[in-house]
Amino acid sequence: EKTKDNFFSKITKVIAGKSTVDDDVLDDLEEVLVTSDVGVTTTLKIIERIQARVARDKYVSTSELNTLLRDEIQNLLAENNSNDFNSFEYGNQKPYVIMVVGVNGVGKTTTIGKLAHQLKQAGNKVVLGAADTFRAAAVDQIQLWGERVGVRVVAQAMGSDPASVAYDTLRSAVSNGDDVAIIDTAGRLHNKVGLMNELTKIKNVMEKVIPGAPHEILLVLDASTGQNAIEQCKQFTEATNVNALALTKLDGTAKGGVVIGISDQFKIPVKYIGVGEGMNDLQLFDRKGFVNSLFNK
Amino acid sequence: MFENLSDKLDRAFKVLKGQGTITEINVAETMKEIRKALLDADVNYKTAKAFTDDVRQKALGDNVLTTISPGQLLTKIMNDELTALMGGTTAEITFPATPTIILIAGLNGAGKTTFSGKLANFLKTQKNKKPLLVADDIYRPAAITQLQVLGEQIGIPVYANLESKDPVAIALEGIAHAKANGNNVVIIDTAGRLAIDEAMMVEIEKVKSAVNPHEILFVVDAMTGQDAVNTAKVFNDRLDFTGAVLTKLDGDTRGGAALSIKSVVNKPIKFIGTGEKMEALDVFHPERMASRILGMGDVVSLVERA
Ligand SMILES: Nc1nc2c(ncn2[C@@H]2O[C@H](COP(=O)(O)OP(=O)(O)OP(=O)(O)O)[C@@H](O)[C@H]2O)c(=O)[nH]1
Ligand SMILES: Nc1nc2c(ncn2[C@@H]2O[C@H](COP(=O)(O)OP(=O)(O)OP(=O)(O)O)[C@@H](O)[C@H]2O)c(=O)[nH]1
Ligand SMILES: [Mg+2]
Ligand SMILES: [Mg+2]
Repeated sequence: EKTKDNFFSKITKVIAGKSTVDDDVLDDLEEVLVTSDVGVTTTLKIIERIQARVARDKYVSTSELNTLLRDEIQNLLAENNSNDFNSFEYGNQKPYVIMVVGVNGVGKTTTIGKLAHQLKQAGNKVVLGAADTFRAAAVDQIQLWGERVGVRVVAQAMGSDPASVAYDTLRSAVSNGDDVAIIDTAGRLHNKVGLMNELTKIKNVMEKVIPGAPHEILLVLDASTGQNAIEQCKQFTEATNVNALALTKLDGTAKGGVVIGISDQFKIPVKYIGVGEGMNDLQLFDRKGFVNSLFNK
Repeated sequence: MFENLSDKLDRAFKVLKGQGTITEINVAETMKEIRKALLDADVNYKTAKAFTDDVRQKALGDNVLTTISPGQLLTKIMNDELTALMGGTTAEITFPATPTIILIAGLNGAGKTTFSGKLANFLKTQKNKKPLLVADDIYRPAAITQLQVLGEQIGIPVYANLESKDPVAIALEGIAHAKANGNNVVIIDTAGRLAIDEAMMVEIEKVKSAVNPHEILFVVDAMTGQDAVNTAKVFNDRLDFTGAVLTKLDGDTRGGAALSIKSVVNKPIKFIGTGEKMEALDVFHPERMASRILGMGDVVSLVERA
């Protein structure tokens, strides 16, 4: 993968020809992290931890830097990314309800299509709820995904109340004995109070059909987004108690480094990554894999 | 977060002044603060570095430290420099031919289709044009329907060919359709594509060379982080675009990507998107963008009050 090679070669350049971790190396490291959208605050945190290690161990060779970095970044992603997510199967709740939220154009609907495909492959009966009744042709888009992957889609006319679509979808899921229901929502910027309130309302209506639903509130983040992703995470969490993240478009040149800080700050696990536009282009997030892929060829 | 950059700088300078002599090292400390603010605004790493170096020179030259409110003066210097960097004045679309062909390109989900609709609406209502929209995204599910729905909303015809899987052919058909129907502007909406997707980049190069567009607009999400430079550079290398469009500026992003794009490819930003509605389009104002990146309201009045 080109993006990761790129990161690796930068790291290699950083440490080439140096035998100890000195200030120059740390400066260069800062550049590598910041240009991967890790953000200044998190970058400084990582660097401070490394400096502390260097001070404690007195001598750290550059060959150890790679391991050190990996450790520190993994630690930031650590506590909250358990190994719970090792398959596309879900536990006890039936139907298991997933509500998908995020700002405009990040890949919510596409992620839903891909996720529906994976869940179906894993033997689940899946239904999708077309609760984006706002964006032009949003309903058509999710219906086409439903056809493509062979799952049912519950929809109403454009412009209808999204909470009502969510309600209908869950009712339908219960009576149809579905295993998983996934609710799409319209993209919205997190600083629009009215739209964020609407999201809270959509969420609350689901609880009326199935106590405890939605079980998963998935915030979709675009890997190319910069520091604004932190504010997105904050605001969507306030409106809906986000408890899982998906990071899309990792097939591009963007590194998605912002999730390192987000994961540390909000303790919300990254669950899925998007690596393309096709139905097979969704993977479970693997913390070790993510960090290794930053540093490995 | 950085609403009060100039306050912060004032405080930083007070400390410095207390130290007696004004040295380059003192200023360098303050520049660190500024650099962090720029990076938090998603200004490209290298751009931020170069910019703070320039500002440092200028600040030393202008004897910033001997003024009463060095932070405010420095903020004004930065604001001016940023404005100048982003082009100074507004760059407009021109109509050198009939029909004028406008090609829209960019990453997935940046806002191309929405912008295509907005631009058509703008040209119709503000420039008295008769645009035709061409649905040239054959990949995304319901991409064509999306453009058709928008076209209907704003009363602009949309050319589509549901049978075809050839974006070059569709674009050419669209232009022929425009000529036959008296449309004097053709706006071609294309599929989202990654800069590293070679097949897709070759595809849009082919569309370009077939239709010879007068204007190629690169649409980019204002929330984009450090990757903005890579993407803008590749799209510019491949397409030599004539301008950029920043979308989703109705959000609370600082939008540092604007500066990065401008400084890397040196093409004007022509429009900004400020909402999902068809009317939510503005021409780009460098000075407003500068204040936004620095995270303050009206810098000039701030300085005048001082
Ligand atoms: N390359 C790539 N493209 C993706 C990925 N995920 C989504 N996309 C593309 O991104 C664009 C936007 O995706 P959507 O699923 O429509 O995004 P959305 O969040 O539902 O958008 P709105 O509903 O308008 O807010 C489409 O062109 C998708 O094909 C990914 O992982 N990789
Ligand atoms: N808030 C806001 N939303 C916008 C703006 N411009 C576009 N959008 C939204 O962003 C999302 C993606 O817009 P599209 O026009 O579908 O993007 P695209 O670049 O055509 O996407 P692909 O064709 O899939 O690559 C939609 O939800 C739009 O409504 C804007 O200026 N502000
Ligand atoms: Mg959607
Ligand atoms: Mg589009």
